[in-house]
Amino acid sequence: MEATDIIKPENIVYQRSRLMTDQVLSFCPGCGHGTVTHLVAEVIEELGIENEVIGIAPVGCAVTIYDFIAIDWIGAAHGRATAVATAVKRVLPDRYVFTYQGDGDLAAIGTAETIHTCNRGENITVIFINNGIYGMTGGQMAPTTLAGMKTSTSPFGRDVSVQGPPIDITRMVAMLDGTYYVTRQAVHTPAAVRKTKKALLKAFEVQKEKKGVAFVEVVSNCNSGWKMSPVDANRWMEENMFKYYPLGDIKVDGQLLIK
Amino acid sequence: MTSAGTIVVDIDRCKGCGLCIEACPQKVLAFADSKVNVKGYRYVVLVAEGCTGCTNCAIVCPDRVITVYRQKKTQ
Ligand SMILES: Cc1ncc(C[n+]2csc(CCOP(=O)(O)OP(=O)(O)O)c2C)c(N)n1
Ligand code: SF4
Ligand code: SF4
Ligand code: SF4
Repeated sequence: MEATDIIKPENIVYQRSRLMTDQVLSFCPGCGHGTVTHLVAEVIEELGIENEVIGIAPVGCAVTIYDFIAIDWIGAAHGRATAVATAVKRVLPDRYVFTYQGDGDLAAIGTAETIHTCNRGENITVIFINNGIYGMTGGQMAPTTLAGMKTSTSPFGRDVSVQGPPIDITRMVAMLDGTYYVTRQAVHTPAAVRKTKKALLKAFEVQKEKKGVAFVEVVSNCNSGWKMSPVDANRWMEENMFKYYPLGDIKVDGQLLIK
Repeated sequence: MTSAGTIVVDIDRCKGCGLCIEACPQKVLAFADSKVNVKGYRYVVLVAEGCTGCTNCAIVCPDRVITVYRQKKTQ
């Protein structure tokens, strides 16, 4: 079979979501933000909820997502996405409401909003990109930065005796009664991408049950901030990030799967 | 050897990250020889037969540059 014989519309087995705008993603080459952005569009398209969904994007590389998926968006101040999402969901309880946040946003300046939204059990989906660094502003240390990890503000590596250990905020929110589904995934391999897509599908679907927050962390690379090639960054992530941030479901249907 | 599948690369959207090359189980992807796209990035091309249309390259691509085609089995 010649390749040209195969290239026919009826033979398409994968193409990007029709909800994606024509804009080229502003993310750096190989950044996990791009992969997750496309997965969010695919999941919204598959669920057929593009007219019922409202996304909230706060500050960081995350915020540019509102240029890329053709749905309704609200921009929030740094860290405040879950507070804005709370308001939107309470006013429009039948809409699907989600946030898309980085770790500097969700686990640093937005810690209070994150914890209290999860504690209140708001019926929203939180998508959390953890790349262990402040990406947009030039690779500063975040609360999630690994012990010993070099960043522009920890050039000799994070010293836990001074800066404390990295915070596992996903584990923390899983302990709160207000979270219903909590999982940690990645997008560095095809298998990981497929699992993350399933997790995102579930995280949107459970909003109908009105049982609390669905929280999906995606451990991702910030290859620019880490100063590595995309392929090396994913390898480094597997070897280092996954040890501290192990992948898998943490809470399903309100039941904790970890001690 | 023939191919059950093939891909089309939207060359000017490719950012040359190389993640698709790593993800291809058939090892049929590579950067085009000493060429760059409009943005100055090296870009990916199919360099051999044997693509199965598995979609792995397309779904790890952060920019969804690749469309995948697979020949449907005829009854
Ligand atoms: C109130 C406020 N403080 C600081 C900033 C500067 N700022 C912009 S992006 C950013 C960090 C974002 O990091 P993260 O949430 O990890 O997202 P990433 O860029 O890594 O995806 C900061 C501190 C801001 N925009 N607003
Ligand atoms: S700075 Fe980091 S997080 Fe931001 S787009 Fe680049 S690689 Fe991704
Ligand atoms: S579809 Fe599969 S076999 Fe074909 S180029 Fe992509 S990864 Fe390789
Ligand atoms: S993964 Fe996408 S952007 Fe990266 S080299 Fe392959 S086709 Fe280009």
